Amino acid sequence: MTTRDQGAEELLEVATADLLGGGEPPKRADQFLAKRQRRVAYFILGPGAIYLALAFIIPLILVVYTSLQSGGLLSGGYSFTWDFANYADAFSSSKQFFGRSLLYAGLATVISIALAYPMAYWISFYAGKWKSTLFFLILVPFFVSFVIRTVQWNFLLADDGVLFGPLKSLGLLPDNFRVLASPIAVVSGITYNFLPFTALPLYVALDRIDKRLVEAAKDLYATRFQAFRKVVLPLSIPGLFAAVILTFVPATGDYVNSTVLGSNRTTMIGQIIQTKFLRQADYPEAAALSVILMLGMLIIALAYAKVLGTEDAALAAGAA
Amino acid sequence: MSAVAVDEATDSERGPERRKRKRLTAYILPVFTGVMIVYLAAPIFVMILFSFNKLAGQRQIAKFTCCTLGWWSDMFAIPGLNEALKTSILVAIPASLVATALGTLIGLVLGRYAFRGRGPTNFVIFLAIAIPEIVLASSLLSMFVLAKTPIGYGSILFSHIGFSIAFVAITVRARVQGLDRSLENAAQDLFATPIQAFTKVTLPLILPGIVAGFLLAFVLSLDDFVITNFVGGAVNTFPTWVFGASRIGVPPQVNVWGTILFSLGILTAGLNLVVSFRSSRKAA
Repeated sequence: MTTRDQGAEELLEVATADLLGGGEPPKRADQFLAKRQRRVAYFILGPGAIYLALAFIIPLILVVYTSLQSGGLLSGGYSFTWDFANYADAFSSSKQFFGRSLLYAGLATVISIALAYPMAYWISFYAGKWKSTLFFLILVPFFVSFVIRTVQWNFLLADDGVLFGPLKSLGLLPDNFRVLASPIAVVSGITYNFLPFTALPLYVALDRIDKRLVEAAKDLYATRFQAFRKVVLPLSIPGLFAAVILTFVPATGDYVNSTVLGSNRTTMIGQIIQTKFLRQADYPEAAALSVILMLGMLIIALAYAKVLGTEDAALAAGAA
Repeated sequence: MSAVAVDEATDSERGPERRKRKRLTAYILPVFTGVMIVYLAAPIFVMILFSFNKLAGQRQIAKFTCCTLGWWSDMFAIPGLNEALKTSILVAIPASLVATALGTLIGLVLGRYAFRGRGPTNFVIFLAIAIPEIVLASSLLSMFVLAKTPIGYGSILFSHIGFSIAFVAITVRARVQGLDRSLENAAQDLFATPIQAFTKVTLPLILPGIVAGFLLAFVLSLDDFVITNFVGGAVNTFPTWVFGASRIGVPPQVNVWGTILFSLGILTAGLNLVVSFRSSRKAA
């Protein structure tokens, strides 16, 4: 490995390595550590582990705690009462938003994979010396804040914007044609914003495939398509899995795209949680919605792993 | 890479019939890839272009009229935006430094020691990366509300360190796992103390991983919207300020600053690439 091991590529390769099946376990010899060394390990781990406990594990416990509170801001604040009714209330009042979020995120995930897979495949198999450069170009959007990119799509997709404006004045589009504030705008915004997250695990997985396997398949009289279907596609499944998780999970909770590009008819669950938390200070119900979202995503990840049945997928879902 | 060489060699060895078929289909995927890259960069082109947009008001509109440098010379004209940019920097620098220190230690331990709790630690790191941002944001806000902590700069910084640690940890862990342990053993055979072996051999070897982790943490902090939106209260960073402004229309200065940050990012990435290329050549 030369420069490919470095820089931006490395960031994402390791970021997705987890989802592709975790790192290799330490070597056998390391498993017989002297007691002293083991103490050193805990000592080094300590500060970071404590911080993660404070900034990640305890908050997760406390959101569940908040979700079981009852009371009201005006009637003396919230108190913990094992109020499971919050879940029923939150779910029944918001199920249409959950449904819409799953639909939009699902559509965006499918479109993202359809767009990203051929690109990742071509780059990893055929781009040769341009591989690193092209890979870097996929990452370019990351250098501009997510919110700003979404705001720019708002201008790109505007009725008289740089995209539709000229088409309309040429008469190629009807004057009343509009995309903004529609589900199409929201889904295409989500697709755009999460596309690099789809492309990267796919690229990493495809790049890992030993290209000689494809040659072997062709030597055994497989056509190009057969070689792809029987060799490349199965071997890229861990990458597909990681791509689905990395796209679908954040897309479901997203509220930037539906706020900036949508209308009040495209409201997603993230907007509801945000409004309840930040505007209405209805903490218990907002927390309950977050917990439902978290559990839903966990179930989807585990179910996907089960259907897939591969060890990689199980590892990726953290089940192993 | 050798695998590519194999591919090229066999492509040219194939008969004329194959080559003809290749001519018809060979351009589909590269052209598609090119179109995708343009698509991915499209809003960035718009951002840069519209930082030169001539307009009557103070808010960006969808119509482009060429051209003015006015927004560039007036880049500090909006106090709220200046304040938000300042906060972004004042959060990103300490957050990425602290996250790098803590995450490096975790990555080091996970990459090389077998200890009780290694599995759970890896699992927590995985969860911290895979969890939907809005869930983590809700959780952090729940904690701050329950603890009655005032929210603002402090809660933003605390949260940014928290979500960056996991990313630094996996970056460093991968580097440590790729390390040739015999180098360190050799150092110890040559009478280096464990600390010397670490500072003279291990640390320089994993340094690219640490630098990559730091840059990742910095970018994540600078770009973060959801968590900052939840735990920031009245304090804005650049992304949350832009989001707030987008309801009434963003001023063109946002494009100016977006362009500046974009250029700095590309420059840093380029430099990092050059430096790591040089050092890997030196090592070879």
